[in-house]
Order: sequence, then structure tokens, then C-alpha cells
Amino acid sequence: MRPILEVKDLNYIYSAGTPFEHKALDSVSFRIDRGEFVGVIGHTGSGKSTLMQQLNGLLKPTTGTVWLDGQDIWSDKKLTRQARFRVGLVFQYPEYQLFEETVYKDIAFGPKNMGLSGEEIDRRVREAASFVGLTQSQLEVSPFDLSGGQKRRVAIAGVIAMEPEVLILDEPTAGLDPVGRAEILGNIAAYRQAKNATIMMVSHSMEDVARMTDRLLVLNGAKLAMDGSPEAVFARAEELIAMGLSIPQVTQVFLHLKKMGLNVETVYTIDQAVAQLTRLKGGQCHA
Amino acid sequence: MLKDITLGQFFPGNSVIHRLDPRTKLIMVVAYIVALFVAQSWVGYGLLLAFLLWVIRISTIPPKAIVRGLKPLVMILLFTAVLNLFFTREGMVLVDVWIITITTGGVNRAAMMMARILMLISCTFLLTYTTSPISLTDGLESLMSPLKRIRVPVHELTMMMCIALRFIPTLIEETDKIMSAQKARGADFENGSLVERAKALIPILVPLFISAFRRADELATAMECRCYQGGDGRTKMKLLRYHRHDMTAFGCGALLVCAVAVLRYFGL
Repeated sequence: MRPILEVKDLNYIYSAGTPFEHKALDSVSFRIDRGEFVGVIGHTGSGKSTLMQQLNGLLKPTTGTVWLDGQDIWSDKKLTRQARFRVGLVFQYPEYQLFEETVYKDIAFGPKNMGLSGEEIDRRVREAASFVGLTQSQLEVSPFDLSGGQKRRVAIAGVIAMEPEVLILDEPTAGLDPVGRAEILGNIAAYRQAKNATIMMVSHSMEDVARMTDRLLVLNGAKLAMDGSPEAVFARAEELIAMGLSIPQVTQVFLHLKKMGLNVETVYTIDQAVAQLTRLKGGQCHA
Repeated sequence: MLKDITLGQFFPGNSVIHRLDPRTKLIMVVAYIVALFVAQSWVGYGLLLAFLLWVIRISTIPPKAIVRGLKPLVMILLFTAVLNLFFTREGMVLVDVWIITITTGGVNRAAMMMARILMLISCTFLLTYTTSPISLTDGLESLMSPLKRIRVPVHELTMMMCIALRFIPTLIEETDKIMSAQKARGADFENGSLVERAKALIPILVPLFISAFRRADELATAMECRCYQGGDGRTKMKLLRYHRHDMTAFGCGALLVCAVAVLRYFGL
């Protein structure tokens, strides 16, 4: 099957030719298949946000190629613009980009720019609002009267309304309380299931990526350091810690248990931990 | 695109020019501008240009950075040059077609005006490139302190200027971010008629204003938390003091202004 996104030898240099020049991406290559849920982790300044902006054609790579569904997005102006709609990008703290008088109009901004018909825009706005759990009455209020968490959901709905095949989110849960985090992550999963969309999520929460994703990309110092399943990545705990990252708390506990001589496998979600512990309680415990 | 704006940008460094007292640099810039207006001949301009190039050289600022800063001024330069070219009636007539008359005097005047503007802007760039905004405002406050006698709120004015300078890069970065976010939703800032393009600015300006107010609010709270209450009785962490190289700089400046004045006296 053709990968939905593929990048090869991506390099990006900021402020070339000034004292502030620095390399944000250094020969990054990977491919992503349709329907995958990919987590992107990395220390602050490792190039995650830069990489995300390459994937929908906001930043042009200094060298290297980005293929969306087999087509080089920079080969034609139309394709670049198409990439903006087919790859939806939700920035960090997206609530700061709201500008319209009502929630409805703000969510409709993207679909309007796509040149859709009035009915289609209406359908998409209402559907996107329901994905993120906004009520019909909330559509008519000013986005600036909503709470922080609700504003964030309006902003995410604004991107979802374009019905992108690939949805990229840059730290969608940053600065939210636990309930707000769980809701947003639930919304993302719901969208993925309904539209069979591909999701990429940048996150600093190892628990979130462990629970949600089926693959992890680890960026370190502008380079792609690891690419694999959460099990494979979290098994390399020491390398991750050396990069200034961490592993889920439950994984830490289990690695410690293993060191103490307990017969357990490495786990990275609470569910797996429960399964392991139940198995142990079943009589095989020899600690 | 917006990152190319160099207004008020500071290039950190450790050259003699960087280490000069900000007051020295401010006075020198004023003296240089005065000299630019005193000079009437190409000999005088040549001298001033040589001085400027020498200072740029020892400041270790890449000349490219200064050229880049001058780029936005192309329109103003052309406008001045054209005005002077067509409206000066001196010397030999070169072209005389319809209502357009170009004279040798006009060509000379246009070239001189361009040289004057270029050197004027370059020397102020040199000031902001080599002086951090904080020491620049410190210097300004110290130079304007005599005005306190006539109740001019000098400290408050320089504080406002300092804050404004400090927030230029922040707001540029913010604008960049908001533009990217709206572009990701398909906003188009480059195509369309003038009205359409003006309308396309609304999705940027509204969030930008909101965030500017939010930042102002946060800054005010942070300043109040640190018991900030204006200039009265406030002491400085870094006291400004003239050193030997400041005296050398003043000497060079005085020499330059005198030289230009003498040249003018002899009609050069």
C-alpha cells in the first residue's frame, strides 16, 4: 500500500546567514501509512514543531522531499495548497488563533477557504463541533466567552472541519487539567475512528503517547533518533533518559520490579500492568 | 518573511564599539548626523563614508546585515532621488523633453541626497546593532535626565521605549505563529484584490491585539508584584561610567566634525 506521508532526507535551517542560524532538522526520513496513530516525542528544541510544519507545506524544506499520497507537495503550487487541507495542522495553544464573532463562524473559516458550498460547510461545522463535544447552543456564542479548554476544542474543531486525511496535533493537551486532557484525547480518537484518518501527535506526556499511539518517532538534536512501536521505544529507557526524555511511570515501576528479580515483562500502559499483576497473583510469584 | 525585519535588532558581540558607553554612542550618532548635514561636497561625504566603514569594520557587524536593513528603504530613496533630479535647475541642461528637465546640478543633488540618507540610516543601524535595548534606554535616560527639572517623566518615557523595543521581536514571532496557524486553515495572504487582502488581515490582527493586551496585562501584574513604582529613588544595577575608549571615541568624533566644518569653510 502506498504510504499517505513520506519524507526523505529532510533538512531545515533557520535564519541562514545570520548569527542566529541553526539547523532544526537534519536528514530526517520516514514513511507513515494510512490510519496509523503516530506519536512524536523529543526534548524542547529537538525540531518537532518544525517537522510538523513541513508536513503540510507551511515551511519549505531547505533540502529534501515531502510526498503526500505519492505526490511531491512542492512540485506544483496547487498541490502545496491542497496539502494544507489534506494535512490538518493544529498548532500549540491553538485557542490564541480564534478571531470570529461566533464559534460557528470560526469553525467555518477553514471549510470556507476550501471553497465548499454553504450546505457542505454547515454540515462540516456541525459534525466537527459534535466531534469535540460542543453543543449546538455553544455554536452561537463568542469564542472569547468560553473557558480555556472549550476554546481549545473550538480551535481543534476548526481544523477537523476541513476533514483532513492526516490530522497533526502539536501538544494538544498542554496546559489543560486531567479531565480536559482526557476529553481532547477522546475527541481525537473519535475522529480517527469515524474518518479512518491518520493522526500524528506531538506530546510531552509519555503516558498519553503510550496509551494512544501505535508508533513513536523520537527526535533528538534535529535528528530522528528512534522510530518504532511504543514497546520497542520504551524498552530503550536509558537512551531516552539521556535525551532528556522519560518513560511512563508504570514502565519505570516495572523495569524496577524486573531488576528486583520479578518475572514480569516490560509494560507501558496501566491495562498491561494490571494484566501482568493478575498473572503474578495467579501463583507464579516467587519474589 | 517577517523575520527579516531588522528594526531594533541587537547583534551581540564584544568589539570596542559594543563596549562603548551607550551615551557615547548616542552622542556620536547625533554628531555624525550633524556632520552629514554640514558636509556640502563629495570630499566631505567621502571622509564621512570612510569613517563609517572603518567603524563598521571594527564593530565586527557583518556588512551584509546593514545592507539587508537598508532594503526596505529603496522606495524612499528612489522618491527622494527622483524629486531632486527633476526639480533642481542648476548647471548644464542634460535632458529637456516636454516638462522634464534634467540638469547636472540635479544629478549631483540627487546622488548627494541618496548618499546622505544611506549613511544616516546606516549609522543608526550601527547603534542599534551594537547596543542592547536595555543599555540604549539607560543611556537615553541618563542623557535626558536634565529634563526632569522641568517635570518631564524621563524615566517613564524611557521605560515605555524599552518595553516597546523588547516586545518588537515577541510580537513579530507571535504574528508569524498566528499567520502560520491561519495559513494551515487555508487563509491566503498573497493573492486576491487589495480589498480581499486587507480582509485577509482580520484573522491575524484580532488574535494579535488580544494577545498584545494579554501580555500588557501580565507584564503590569509582574511589575507590580516586584513593587515597581517608577523612577523616584530607583537605583541602577549597572552604573554608566565613561572609560578611556569613550574619550578616544569623543576625540575621533570631534576631529571628524571639525574636519567636515573646515572642508566646508574652504568650499569643498
